Amino acid sequence: MTVRRIMGTETEFGISVVGQPHANPMVASTRLVNAYASAELHVRRARWDFEEESPLRDARGFDLAREAADPSQLTDEDLGLANVILTNGARLYVDHAHPEYSSPEVTNPLDAVLWDKAGEQVALDACRFASVTGEPDIVLYKNNTDNKGASYGAHENYLMKRSTPFGDIVRHLIPFFVSRQVVCGAGRVGIGQDGREHGFQIAQRSDFFEVEVGLETTLKRPIINTRDEPHADPEKSRRLHVIIGDANLSEISTYLKVGTTALVLDMIENGYLTTELTVANSVASLRAVSHDPTLTHLLEREGGKTLTAVQLQWEYLHLAAAYVADRYGADVDPQTADVLARWESVLTRLERDPFECATELDWVAKLRLLESYRERDGLDWDDAKLHLIDLQYADLRPEKGLYHRLLRLGRMERLLDDGAVTAAMHEPPDDTRAYFRGRCLEKYPDSVAAASWDSVIFDLPGHDSLQRVPTIDPLRGSKAHVGELIDRSDTALALFSALTR
Amino acid sequence: MAQEHKQPRKSTEAEESVEETTAVEGGVAERKEKLDEDIDAILDEIDDVLEVNAEDFVKSFIQKGGQ
Repeated sequence: MTVRRIMGTETEFGISVVGQPHANPMVASTRLVNAYASAELHVRRARWDFEEESPLRDARGFDLAREAADPSQLTDEDLGLANVILTNGARLYVDHAHPEYSSPEVTNPLDAVLWDKAGEQVALDACRFASVTGEPDIVLYKNNTDNKGASYGAHENYLMKRSTPFGDIVRHLIPFFVSRQVVCGAGRVGIGQDGREHGFQIAQRSDFFEVEVGLETTLKRPIINTRDEPHADPEKSRRLHVIIGDANLSEISTYLKVGTTALVLDMIENGYLTTELTVANSVASLRAVSHDPTLTHLLEREGGKTLTAVQLQWEYLHLAAAYVADRYGADVDPQTADVLARWESVLTRLERDPFECATELDWVAKLRLLESYRERDGLDWDDAKLHLIDLQYADLRPEKGLYHRLLRLGRMERLLDDGAVTAAMHEPPDDTRAYFRGRCLEKYPDSVAAASWDSVIFDLPGHDSLQRVPTIDPLRGSKAHVGELIDRSDTALALFSALTR
Repeated sequence: MAQEHKQPRKSTEAEESVEETTAVEGGVAERKEKLDEDIDAILDEIDDVLEVNAEDFVKSFIQKGGQ
């Protein structure tokens, strides 16, 4: 069961108001979220409950003083920005200057892809709902930079055992993150944070990482982020907040991103990774790997040994395959076997000819398109058209987005079908507490005053104060636990009475 | 699931018999030719949806930093 663990994704979308490049993005983002809430949530809107949020808690064991924090690090104060909880258990809100979708908690990579793709459709619907008010259209982009110096994130979250030494996580994950971009990079035209050098690179985010380990997410971004808000029992669990990934459109890119990371985390957690995989100058190496789409850049190890990022990925894969064989043998679950097989297949083909992965991986699909334009139209890398293609690849609209055009033309492989994605816009996963949250919002919207990852707060007749139901264990509140109870409780009061009986 | 694992093939008998006998580089050349044909059709489609003024569009895509 090694790719299985509690996980989720967060996407900050690039936002643009058509015809108004200097429009206030907070206002536009708020308009979007409010438009979605008014159209989809017809009744009382549950507030987000901030009680359990602690964004300044550091995994290394200390708290950053609020006065010492950059204002952008304070995410827990309800600034009056729009913020809604959806019936699929997700959160849609305004974070800094972007609309953000945080997926519900899921238990496996394929579900992570499903609720991540559902988030794209939610965001697209928000644009559609916002456009009927007579205001200028808003368009969203699932990318990570404007190529003018600004970056915004696509985060992954993985629940881990508290007992795992953080130093082990740092040591074994940094080389993995330096190299995994060859699989899950989204591709970018422009080198450097402001894109001043001309050329193509593998990842959107790599030029924005400046240190190895740290708490910040908006400045001096660290390869390993130490934010430690478990949204679960802090004695038993930590949440690993991964900020280094790119926002992916390709389902297979996202699947391999979270699937291979989950495998590596499992090995770290169980003390299996004893091999020294460290590479020299990780921050510089991260960028150098991204800047080399030929995949030949040599990373350096202590003792002068060198290897490519793909070879480093092979080392992790070989260890993971041996680990899974050793622990599970023939009893391996199908998804773990599938992640291993796809990982191996992709690495084999990346080494032979990256273009063999053009229907699976975002950066290769984008590069093939760009190279085709360069060849047909004789374009240099500084040509605006190539920058446009980079941006428009990430446009969420099916009629304009180039990822979506490639998909329609049968040039991108999928793992999901449209029906499942549409259902996941409204339905929560069955097997986590997101089920309880989502069902309560769907069935008793008038009675839910607020909710968060680890609570649902009811406003009930006959109770003077609000009643908080904690959901501290991500695996409780699943369909198996509360499905029948919710089915037979006609009111929130009946549910609450049954739960507290 | 694997809708597009291989490029669609429109190979004739002649091509197939050639494929049998040619070495690796022959296969690569053929694959490239197919790819080019395909790509031309894709680019035509993409041309139709690309924003009209690339330079203006790229210039006006301005974001504030996030996390």
